[in-house]
Amino acid sequence: MDKKGSKSIYTNKDELRLFMGKYGIGVILFVMLIALIITVPSFRTTSNFINILKQVSINGMIAYGMCVVIATGGIDLAVGAQCALVACLLGQFIMKMGMNVLLSCALAVLFCAALGFVNGFLVAKFNMFPFVVTLSTQLIIRGLAQVISSAQAISMTNAQFKLVYLGMVGPIPFPVVMLFVVTILMYMILHWMKLGRYILATGGNEKAAIASGVSVFWTKIAAYVISGFLSGVAGVILTSKTSSAQSNLAVGYETDAVAACVIGGTSFAGGVATTPGVLIGILIIGFIYNGMNLIGVNSYYQTIVKGIMIIAAVLLDLVMNRKNR
Amino acid sequence: MAQDDTIFKCDNITKTFGGTKALRGVRLDVKKGEVHALMGENGAGKSTLMNCVIGLIKADSGTMEFEGQPYSVRGPVEAMEKGIYMIHQELHPEPHLSIAESIFLHRENMRGIFLNKSAQNARTAEILKKFNFNYSPRTLMKELTLAQVQMVEIIKAVSSDARMIIMDEPTSSLDANETEHLFNTIKELQAKGVSVIYISHRMDEIFEIADRVSVFRDGQYIGTKLISEITKSELITMMVGRTVEAVFPKVDVPIGDEVFRVEGLSGKGFRDISFCVHAGEILGLSGLVGSGRSETARAIFGLDRPESGSMYLNGEKITNKNTRQAIRKGICMVNEDRKNYGLCLLRSIRENVSLPNLESRQKGLFIQQGREKREVKDVAEKLRVKAGSIEHTGFSLSGGNQQKVVLAKWIMASPKLMILDEPTRGVDVGAKSEIHTMMCEFAAKGMAILMISSEIEEIMGMSDRILIYHEGRINGEVSREEIVNGTMSQKEILAKEFGQ
Repeated sequence: MDKKGSKSIYTNKDELRLFMGKYGIGVILFVMLIALIITVPSFRTTSNFINILKQVSINGMIAYGMCVVIATGGIDLAVGAQCALVACLLGQFIMKMGMNVLLSCALAVLFCAALGFVNGFLVAKFNMFPFVVTLSTQLIIRGLAQVISSAQAISMTNAQFKLVYLGMVGPIPFPVVMLFVVTILMYMILHWMKLGRYILATGGNEKAAIASGVSVFWTKIAAYVISGFLSGVAGVILTSKTSSAQSNLAVGYETDAVAACVIGGTSFAGGVATTPGVLIGILIIGFIYNGMNLIGVNSYYQTIVKGIMIIAAVLLDLVMNRKNR
Repeated sequence: MAQDDTIFKCDNITKTFGGTKALRGVRLDVKKGEVHALMGENGAGKSTLMNCVIGLIKADSGTMEFEGQPYSVRGPVEAMEKGIYMIHQELHPEPHLSIAESIFLHRENMRGIFLNKSAQNARTAEILKKFNFNYSPRTLMKELTLAQVQMVEIIKAVSSDARMIIMDEPTSSLDANETEHLFNTIKELQAKGVSVIYISHRMDEIFEIADRVSVFRDGQYIGTKLISEITKSELITMMVGRTVEAVFPKVDVPIGDEVFRVEGLSGKGFRDISFCVHAGEILGLSGLVGSGRSETARAIFGLDRPESGSMYLNGEKITNKNTRQAIRKGICMVNEDRKNYGLCLLRSIRENVSLPNLESRQKGLFIQQGREKREVKDVAEKLRVKAGSIEHTGFSLSGGNQQKVVLAKWIMASPKLMILDEPTRGVDVGAKSEIHTMMCEFAAKGMAILMISSEIEEIMGMSDRILIYHEGRINGEVSREEIVNGTMSQKEILAKEFGQ
């Protein structure tokens, strides 16, 4: 593009396009917010905002994990099944075996991280397609959950465990605090730490990453471990929310997580992802659900709108970043 | 002009890629039933011209004529329909197709909308028999050796009524027997009146099989000679580069102690390579593409595993299982394949430059962002990377600037040994000269530099010492004095590259 060797490459029009390419989705979130605030009176209460954040916290955790995996050029379809497995493990640990709640949660989450390791290992070691690997492990994990629970729901009556979802830190619900903490952590990993750079480089150009001394093998494994870990955390919150440990929880949750990533500007080709982007994606999906609920739109339409949003987000990205790709 | 026996003629063909003129008005005429050899150094324009002929790329201007008719095609399939078929150097057979399916690809035997497999197999069996190729038409391509795949390609060409077959380095992966078999086939084709354009670097083969030879140099047509009227030495003279010496900013610096040494290194594409590089020295590796230079470099850098041999850095024996280990020890490499091994184009200049250097720029768990920005900015300025800021992505940069960013990341790693594989390929003239100046600066700081280049002027202009590769082995060494005194000429180096 820089044919004459001039110092500045960008014109004003380019600057606008770059800006929209980077922050366009934020503008959309802002417009949605304003529109909902003006048109829906019940939307603009503090309690509704906190409610939205609480609702999106579960998808939010999963989406953050998904985003690092997609950033390496992969995908993790096993996240929903991992949530269900956590539920069934918690049912056994807390209700059947009467184990300590904190210990049970920690064990279940670590087990999910280990499953993430398996996903990552299969992808990185044998160069298998992430889609196929995680599609298979999804079936295995879901089946495992059914075996553990004998396909029966256990009611999670433990008062301490219920606090995971219902507990408050001051005026803020515990799941929102968790989402906040995870957002900060993910920001640090992706933008301030070596691992984040390696993840983005691996997804951006694997060979160039190798030629720069990046261990692509461990980077990919780390991404899937993060995804497994976070879906484990999401599973704990979800189990507490539903108060029921059953193997058919969180079916299709990977879709919402992928949607949040894509709306938030995560490139499916890998190499591009930002934490604020994914947060915006998570919030947009939350707004779609919440806003349409408040207006009284049938939930079937919400799904349609979500689908349209994804296509629109990808189109926006394509148009704005056409020259850069 | 003998019009009756000329089958193919092209004139005044030009082609420009970006800023480089790959073809500058070349011409070629091929007679019916002749084997016409094309020769020239790397990048002389032979393959580019052939790709224009089969329509893989479109020439900017010029005329082509085939069998007396004006000729132009949009792609290889159309070229095949018109009677010209090219067998590429790198064969990419569809592994899951049968021989019959490969031969009839794009012109399948049909019955309505369905494939007529039995008829296709029967016809293939007939054709194979004619060529004494004793395989079932149902044999899958993946079960064949490279020589057999090549044979299938030839059979395909002839069976589709090709009157001119282009072969790009057909013998590069064949052994002596297979080569002989190929030559017999070519002679049979010739007897049937099929013309063959034969691209090869192997002098002996050309003299054995070709009727005439055309020489290209720097995208220009030099001349055509009857094989019976030319000697090997004359042919090399025709191929040797420009008479005008390009100016290189070579600065002689004192050569220090040995930094790096390999002994008996062997691997895929190179055999028994031994050499050493000293501090401040630029060691040039010269040779034809595929002669094993890049493969040696890749093995040193840990991209590939060598089969045997040993490496020493500052006298200490080392092994590099991967690039990470090599970089930690102070070995780095600018890859010839910039597109794949150069930059993450989606990421910023800053992230690309600091990628191999993050470990030493961490405080606790975090990257020292301020220091990173400062250091990347410094090195980008020093290398005169032309960009709005270090936050711009690799996409926004020209080839020369991308290459400078690649160099910048290795400068920041302050290596002991820098391997530069085609450091100025696809780089404009200005940036090229800047990169050469930088190389001299690195050398002056005591870095040992291993430079691979297909440009013989660059090798001669920049190197303190030259090793000449021929077919995976070192076939000669040239010192700076020999170049400066003129005792070693371009012609002699080229002759060694061609194995003479």
